[in-house]
Amino acid sequence: MDMLIMGLTIFILAIFVGFEIITKIPPTLHTPLMSGSNAISGITLVGAVLSAGIQQTILTTILGVLAVIFATINVVGGFMVTNRMLEMFRKKS
Amino acid sequence: MLPVFINIGYLLASILFILGLKGLTHPRTAVRGNLLGAAGMLLAVVITLFDQRIISFYMILLGVVIGAGIGAVLAVKIKMTAMPELVALFNGFGGIASVLVAGAALIEQTSGSQIPLIQLTIAIAASGTIGAVTFWGSLVAFGKLQGLIHEGAIGFPGHQVFKGFVGILVIAFCVGVVIAPMNPFLYWILVAVASVLGVLLVIPIGGADMPVVVALLNSYSGLAAAATGFVLSNNVLIITGSLVGASGLILTQIMCKAMNRSLANVLFGASAPSGDGGASADEVYAGRVKSATPEEVALLFDVARRVVIVPGYGMAVSQAQHPVANLASLLESRGIQVDYAIHPVAGRMPGHMNVLLAEADVPYEALKDMETINPTFDQVDVALVIGANDVVNPLARTDPSSPIAGMPILDVDKAKTVVIIKRSLSPGFAGIPNPLFALDHSLMLFGDAKKMVLDIIAALKDV
Repeated sequence: MDMLIMGLTIFILAIFVGFEIITKIPPTLHTPLMSGSNAISGITLVGAVLSAGIQQTILTTILGVLAVIFATINVVGGFMVTNRMLEMFRKKS
Repeated sequence: MLPVFINIGYLLASILFILGLKGLTHPRTAVRGNLLGAAGMLLAVVITLFDQRIISFYMILLGVVIGAGIGAVLAVKIKMTAMPELVALFNGFGGIASVLVAGAALIEQTSGSQIPLIQLTIAIAASGTIGAVTFWGSLVAFGKLQGLIHEGAIGFPGHQVFKGFVGILVIAFCVGVVIAPMNPFLYWILVAVASVLGVLLVIPIGGADMPVVVALLNSYSGLAAAATGFVLSNNVLIITGSLVGASGLILTQIMCKAMNRSLANVLFGASAPSGDGGASADEVYAGRVKSATPEEVALLFDVARRVVIVPGYGMAVSQAQHPVANLASLLESRGIQVDYAIHPVAGRMPGHMNVLLAEADVPYEALKDMETINPTFDQVDVALVIGANDVVNPLARTDPSSPIAGMPILDVDKAKTVVIIKRSLSPGFAGIPNPLFALDHSLMLFGDAKKMVLDIIAALKDV
């Protein structure tokens, strides 16, 4: 039960932090915000790496590798495309 | 490495993510913010490799290399006008990753003889459900944005009831997974049913409401990651998932406020807005719509001192952002002040217009949001509307029965002259006529946005 309460505490605090930061991001940067926060949501990669690496059974390994592929596309693609967009906003200042 | 060091590493990664998002509060710090986020991700993954339960790196490496290759190619090759589709697609991939990880965790945790804790099974069920809804919902969003699926709202008789029925099935299977975790088939059936729900939720939503859907799915992918975090008792997943979940929800709220519709209305509301409360297109337009030539528009610009450009989805479709930027520089070189008025829901994604114009080297200070620019329209000589329709429709102010009633709009009708570049008088996604086109001081420039802007530029050079 302890772990659950800890987890919930972190969850709720993180939502407050998220709220504080996101409301200060100007509309002009909302598209990079979506692709950037999307890239961060690829953190599932961590869980995928564990399954693919622990290799408890053949099935879990396959599931893990597939998850690694999808999560990595999410992460690498997400950060790269966000960077590409943000570079365009930087050029003129 | 001891678990305590791994958790400290995760904490550092979370801090980097938070700082990274903070960097997005200004274009100056944004690039650095994104790099911080990427560093956080790298740290989290590398730290995970030190987990003592891992027996081999080969499979991990294989997956990472394949994924990185595909991701990099997509990121580099995509056209900016297709950004909403790409975000939707990546979103979906995050969702399916959550489904697969939770599925693997279910098998791993039930392989022993002890029954897993109830909070674990609930988290697994949640992860699978949200992940599946996100994946399939995102795929449908991708299809609609790409034009692969019919863009408008699709409904069939009783579809709301059917959706509700599927929703109940999802809950039933969630309970099933929680009560009988030793049977993995229940989980995969849950995933299948949740997938159907995901499709059903997004299919009835029309193209112009896509910004809301993409923002909402963005939030879901974060929530799915957080649920997976509860499954694996992994803090960095919980923190990051919550950050992204909150981010998406706030963006969704902003979108809904900008359209003056509730989220429920967007997701479940009337699939085809009826215009029979208001006038028909003929009544609004007949004999009052004046069309102009690029040369006439150039003459208007020649004597103007303040111009505001209002971009819309049509500009994106026509890929006209570069000629538009050129027109603006040309006007500015003649001493005319040029600003851009960006409505929050113009385009198919929040900030879509800004990205397109930034790609065309328009300085971000020239991109004004609605609250800033609206009070100044009465001092504007020419308002140039390019491919925007509902966001400049005065009916939002005047007709309470209209589908866009109460939606905050750009007050272009207050400018001295309004020029609208459109291919035809066809309605926008609200499906209603726009009295702006029939005003005395409005001129229509019928044609493709890119071509028309290029023609105006050519004509200006002759003036």
